[in-house]
Parts: sequence; C-alpha cells; structure tokens
Amino acid sequence: MSDNTATANQQGSPKTSTIAESVIRIAGNSQDGIQAIGGFLARLAGRSEQDVMTFMTIPSTISGGPSIFQVRIGSGEVLSAGDEADVLLCFYDHSYANHISSLKRGGIVLYDSDHVKPNEELLGTYHHIGVAISSLTVEAIGGTGRDKGKNIYALGLIARMFDLNVPKLTKLIEERFGGKDPSIVKNALDCFNGGYGHQIQGLIESFKFEHAVHTGAAQVVMSGNEALAFGIIAAGVRFGAGYPITPWSEVMELLRRELPKYGGTFMQTEDEIAAVSMAIGASYGGRVAVTGSSGPGISLKTEAIGWAVMAEMPLVIIDVQRGGPSTGMPTNQEQSDLNIACFGGHGDSPRVVLAPSSVEDCFYTAIEAVNIARKFSTPVFILSDQAIATRIEAFPCPDLQNICQDISPDFTPVADHKPYDLSAPDGITRHVAPGTRIASGKYPVATGLEHDELGHPTGSGKMHSQMNAKRRTKLHKLASEIPVPKIYGATEGHVLLVGWGSSKGPIEEAVKLGRSQGEAVSGLHIKYINPLPENLENLFSGFTHVIVCEINDEGLYGYGQLASILRARYCDPRIKSVTKTDGLPWKVKEILTRALSLTK
Amino acid sequence: MSTIAIPNENLTRTGVAATLPVPAPLADADRKPLTKKETAADHPTWCPGCGDFSVLALYYKLIEKRKMLHENICTVAGIGCSSRFPYFVQAHGAHFIHGRALAFASGVSLSRPDLHVFVFGGDGDAFSIGGNHFTHTARKNIKMTYVVMDNFVYGLTKKQTSPTSPIGFKSKTDVGGSTDRPVNPMKQAICAGATFVGRSTATNVNHLLGLMDAAMSHDGFSFIEVLSECVEFFPGAFDAAIPRKGGTFPEISADHDVTDEYAAYKLCDEPWPGMFGTFYKVNRPTKNANEAKLITDARAKLAGVPDWQILQKNFDRMK
Repeated sequence: MSDNTATANQQGSPKTSTIAESVIRIAGNSQDGIQAIGGFLARLAGRSEQDVMTFMTIPSTISGGPSIFQVRIGSGEVLSAGDEADVLLCFYDHSYANHISSLKRGGIVLYDSDHVKPNEELLGTYHHIGVAISSLTVEAIGGTGRDKGKNIYALGLIARMFDLNVPKLTKLIEERFGGKDPSIVKNALDCFNGGYGHQIQGLIESFKFEHAVHTGAAQVVMSGNEALAFGIIAAGVRFGAGYPITPWSEVMELLRRELPKYGGTFMQTEDEIAAVSMAIGASYGGRVAVTGSSGPGISLKTEAIGWAVMAEMPLVIIDVQRGGPSTGMPTNQEQSDLNIACFGGHGDSPRVVLAPSSVEDCFYTAIEAVNIARKFSTPVFILSDQAIATRIEAFPCPDLQNICQDISPDFTPVADHKPYDLSAPDGITRHVAPGTRIASGKYPVATGLEHDELGHPTGSGKMHSQMNAKRRTKLHKLASEIPVPKIYGATEGHVLLVGWGSSKGPIEEAVKLGRSQGEAVSGLHIKYINPLPENLENLFSGFTHVIVCEINDEGLYGYGQLASILRARYCDPRIKSVTKTDGLPWKVKEILTRALSLTK
Repeated sequence: MSTIAIPNENLTRTGVAATLPVPAPLADADRKPLTKKETAADHPTWCPGCGDFSVLALYYKLIEKRKMLHENICTVAGIGCSSRFPYFVQAHGAHFIHGRALAFASGVSLSRPDLHVFVFGGDGDAFSIGGNHFTHTARKNIKMTYVVMDNFVYGLTKKQTSPTSPIGFKSKTDVGGSTDRPVNPMKQAICAGATFVGRSTATNVNHLLGLMDAAMSHDGFSFIEVLSECVEFFPGAFDAAIPRKGGTFPEISADHDVTDEYAAYKLCDEPWPGMFGTFYKVNRPTKNANEAKLITDARAKLAGVPDWQILQKNFDRMK
C-alpha cells in the first residue's frame, strides 16, 4: 500500500490516506463465505474501473477447513495478487497463526476478538485491531444466535476502512441475494450496515483509493474458468463432454447450464475416456467440440487424443492443471502438465498447445484454440491452471457482437474428397462430415490406423512416413503464423525471465522490481507452447542469461518442463531454470531473488 | 489483448442463433436405392468362412431396403476383427479406438439428429474394454444401433480368452481352459437399460436382417448380439444353433411380452444355445429427446435473439 497523500488528521477521527493500491487477505474457514467478501470487493473494483486480481485457496476436504481469499485492488495495472498483504482479516486463531506472516510489517490485522487471541509478541510488529465480529453480527441481525452473515459484517468494516462506495456495494449485495427470500437481503444489508457503522476502536488511519483513469470501456469481472467457458461459447462451440474433476468442473457446469440457450448441449459422461471420445464424435459430426479435465483425467484421455491427431479431427481440450502426479494436490497450483499436453500418448502425435496468461486471456485463447483446431484439423490443448481458474479479475468487456462466431458445419456436396490428401498445401486437409454427399461415390473413413489418402489402412512404411510428415508439416505452417512474443522491458540486458501461462503477471512485476533495483532484467511470455513461435533465438540473443521460471519440478536433469523443451530446441546453454512445487503462485520477490542468484 | 487472427474461410459472423446442425435436404426423390456394388468398399480382410461376412452383406441389404442415401450412412467401430467393418462400407465411417466406439457414436448421434448411427464391434470391444460405455450408453438410451458380432474369442490378437468365452475354453491365455463366468450379453443389456435387446446368428440371415431392420426402426439404444463364428480360433462354437449342422434355432415365441423385463430375464437363462429374437423392447425417452427438450425450453424465451446478445446478457451481469 503506497501512501501518496495524507489529509489533515482531524481530532478524534482517523486520518485518511490516498493510496494507489492495496492487498487485502481474508482468512477463515471455507464455509464462512470469505470468497463472497472477496467477490464483492473484486466486483466493486471492476465497477469502479479499478484493476483487480484475486487469489484464493480452497481446502480439498469435503466440508470446511481453512481457506483464504486475497484481493489486490489498484488504480493502475495489477499484475499479480501481491506478495504481502496490507490488511489481514482473520476469523479464527488458526487463520491468525497461519497468515500473520503474510502481512507486511506495520500492516493492519483486523481480527474477530470473539475467536482470536493475538500473539503478544507481535503487537509491536503489526497494527492489531480487534472487533467482536461474531457477536456483533448476531446483534446486527436481531440476535438469532447464529453468526451467519459475519462475512458481510466484515465487508462493512472493510468498506469503512477503505471508504468504499457504499451505494455500489449495497447494489451488489442486493443483486447477489435478490431473488431469494426478502429476509435474506434484509439480513445481509443489516450485517453490512452494522459493520459499516461500527466505530472501529484503535483505527488510526483510513484509506481512499486514487481515482482510477476511466478507459471508457465497461469492465467485466469473472474467474478464469468462467472466461474459458464463455470463450468456448463465443467461439461457436455447441457440444462438449466432460467428467467432474477439480478444478475443471466449473467449466463443464457452466457449459452444461449455458449451452442449451444457444441450441447446444454438454454431456456429463461415465468417465474421462467417454468424454473425450464423445467430443471427438461430435467433431466428426461436423462442428468442433470441447472436452476438458485436470491432470488425472488428461492421462486417461491421451489414447483418444492420439486418435484425433491420427485421424486429423479438430478438438479442443482444456486442461486446468493442478498439483500432480496422480491425485496429487487437487486444489493447488502447478504447471506440470506441459509435457503431457505436448507429448502425452504413444507414437509421434504433434498437436497444438496454448497457455493463457490471465483471466482475460482465457476468454480469447478459447476462441483462438477453436479456430486453430478448425483450420488445421488437429487437437488443441488449452493449458490453464488452478490459480488462473479460481481467481477473479476485471477486464474490458469484449466486443461480443464482432467476436462471436457461427461455425455451423457445411454440408455442401463435394465432387471428390480425399481426407488425407498428401498434395494439400502445407499438409492441411479438412474433415468432411457425414451428411455431405460426395459425387464420386468414394467416401472417407476417419481412422486411427495408418492410412492412405482416402483413409484406408496401409502397412506401407513409405505411407506412414509421408503421413507423419503431413501431420507435422501443418504445425510448421501454424508456427509461421503465430505472433512472435514481445519482450517486456529492454530487448537487451543481463537477464531475460521467461515464463508461460499464469506466471506472466508476477514475472512482469519482477521485471519492474528488478529494474527499480538497477538490475538489467526483462521478461518474455510464451503463450504458444507447441509449436513454438519462430525467432525466439533472436530474442534470447540480447541477454547473458535466459531464465525460465515455472511451477513444476526441475526433474532429473535440473530443468523445468518448458526449460527442457527450449534447451532441446535451441541448444543454448544460457537457458537456465527456476522451478518450485509449493502449490502456490509465484511471489514477485521469489522470482527475482532466485533468478538473480543463478547469474552470480 | 492480442490474439492471432486465424482467417476462417467461410466463417460468417453471428447472425441468428445457431441450432443443432441439420444439413439441407437434397432433392433426392429420384435417387435409386444403393446397390451392393455401390455400398461395398474394400474387400473384407476377414478369414474365409468368417461369420462377419454375412453381417456385412445384410448391412448392404438393409441400406438398399431402407433406401438410405450414401451420405447419410454413418458406420462406427472400435477395434477388433469385426470392427474393421467401416472400411468395407462405401459411406462415411469412423474406425475409432478399442472399446470406445459407443462413446464416439454418442457424440455423433447427439450432435446429428438427422443421422442413424450404426456401431459394429466384437465381444471384447463391447463387454471387456468398453464395458463401462456399454452400460451407460444403454442407460442413457442414446439413439443408435449396436450390433455385436460375438465369437467368444479374441480373433485379431489370435486366440485369447474373451469375456464371452465359455468356461473350459482353451486359449493362449487359458491353456487349461477358461474358469471365468462368461458375460450374458442379453442380461447385461437389459439390466443396463437398453430399450431394444435382440439376439440372432450370422447364419440365419433372414432372422438377422429382420432384427437389424427392427432395431433401426427403434427410437432409442438398440442392441443385437449376433453369434458369428471365428472359423480360425473357435470353429464350431455355434453349431448347436445351426440346424443344418444338427443344432436348433429356438426362436422366442410370438406371445412373449417384449415389455416384460422379468420374462426377458428368464429367456436369457435358457440352456445353450439360448433363445433368438427380440428379448426386450420398450419405449423410454431417449437422451437425444431429453437434450432436445432442454434446448427447446432454454430457447423458448430467446427466439430470434442472436447468440452474441444472449452472451452479452451474461456479461452485463458480471459488470
């Protein structure tokens, strides 16, 4: 929290500081509705044209368990959820004990004095403010004896502390609880007003966000999973199939709920294999379909994905990565499915892999994946991850009228058709769906056996080599079409930090931090993982060290998954690797410190 | 936000709301029924004498009888000897992976209500590696016809025990004879919720053609077990069901109530070679119809609203 100005301290009331941004961490149990507080703050920020990013952890236990929600609100560009919190709100002793160290020195800890007994030794390090949140909540809603609603009460306290826009928050609460029993809206508002009206003892300072620069475009606020699902709809996909698995389930739930409005459907299948098979069947039917999962489910789908490569069938596969292998850490972040996305399955099966960098990018990447799958008749992976899936960000509302596509299949009769025509330019052929009349009377078979140009089985080694070349060549063509990424910061220097997927924001912040400390650091984000864009070697050439930062294990040979690919591809000894598998997103300082230590 | 612009040829921007695609009907009134010559593609790779030949010939016959158009025939299979089927039919076809043909066919069936999908396969595909899909495709009553050419043995991999191999069957994986209780396909299908369950043999062609015809007319998941001899690895397996080889062909009597599940189960337990005909047939809403209703209901208030405006409403709520 950076203080810019402080207004004159009036006697008896806290002084007000204007701040550019703030990191608020809320810690409690998952059933306390702390995600709801975070959601309200994020949405309010979005409506106030402020940038916002959130981070949450949810326990993988079935009911309850410690949970946090961290929201970073800023009047400028917010790239990560923040290394340290400015304000910690904690409901229980365990929340206090586990998260007090995430608070920056001198930060404010606001605790529920009904449940939390502060550590005497820390009283000098952090500014402690106790409010009897539980009992005051009960009081605010008329003494029913239950403290349900203390999250909204706490939201009121935060609104007071940050001088938030009360009418907007009130409207958000009404929207959130409207449609239910009117008494629920009333209780929520009573809680909120109770918290907002509470005179916080010991509050020496309150804050006001700097006025954000209005861009004119209205912002939307959503999670990465929501953005992916809506992107799939905008892309024109009307069929999908999946099986529940954390953290992918939300995408399928949303598609199941929404697709019928568009004349489409999403099937919950008996297993992961059925899901991918059914989606491929629908793609074969003429319109590219979607499936998805998380690590363990992706393992199960690999055989069918190999079929889609072989049969050259378009397909979009969403992998919301979590900690692996096996059941691993289902509710933690990891970027360890890059290898299975690029190489999973037997045989040589080139496919496309894209990794969105933010919630906004999830929306656009979904559309891009659909279009690449269609144009190149190939499976396309979208590698999201747990952190991006669950966090909420604000971004400018897309121009849906111009973005939404109609990709209805085309059944216009054709004179002749070779599904695997070896003379096709760049090896790119298109699937002709059943229902299409082929005047020559020669009909294609989509097949997983090595085949000739008409899809009939062949045992010819020459044909196998030619078809392998065809499947590979079309991805060369794609590689020549995808944009070369731009370096963040100077194009020459000491260290180039390379990242992929959701680590883009923290890496760019690390670049800013490093430069502010006089280090010649720049950043490069790789979104197109397979095939890689052209010309990366020239970008690397401006730096003494190229350090790939990723959230996976360094493996047997000391390099993370992307780093291994880049080293194999460019044979460049400057490429080094910084990895970790603690289940949490990158902290900005962590990236910079570890990367710089490799260069000294 | 930069995304690469992939030029989409013929990619129209959203106008009216998309619905499940149905190709425009062609002016086909004059087109003649397909002859066997027009329907046959590659010469089958099956061993001479294989029972699957007659199932293939009957499929051609059915296509001719039903006056099906080339482009509307969709044949799907998994892996196995019998699953080579789509290559031998001159029509749109897919040869998918082992055991997953039903899931693939479900994707075709649910996204293409205009097609009647035929799935052909063997006992390993259906009851072993694909057992889960068999159960759930039947349970969901997804509209298609599934013909299992059951030869009681793995033929393509050259004589291993199959899920329908009888106890005592000697194979390369059970040299002393199989000890596992075989699957009863009829029971399995009825129990799972298939709405058309029938049984025949590859040798009784008229009976099988009638059954395939009836299965195709059924609105739902129709399943036929065809005893189809593997002359190479289990010769004589079905002699007991072939009258000219001294066997009998016990047909289900005309007074069997095909909607009576318990009566159907009883028929499943008749001694070898069992009964032939339609064991069970009921009408239950198909998955296809249930999904279509979901769509109709969801779209009731959205008639004429372009897709992007439906999406815009969602986005407006997230502002």
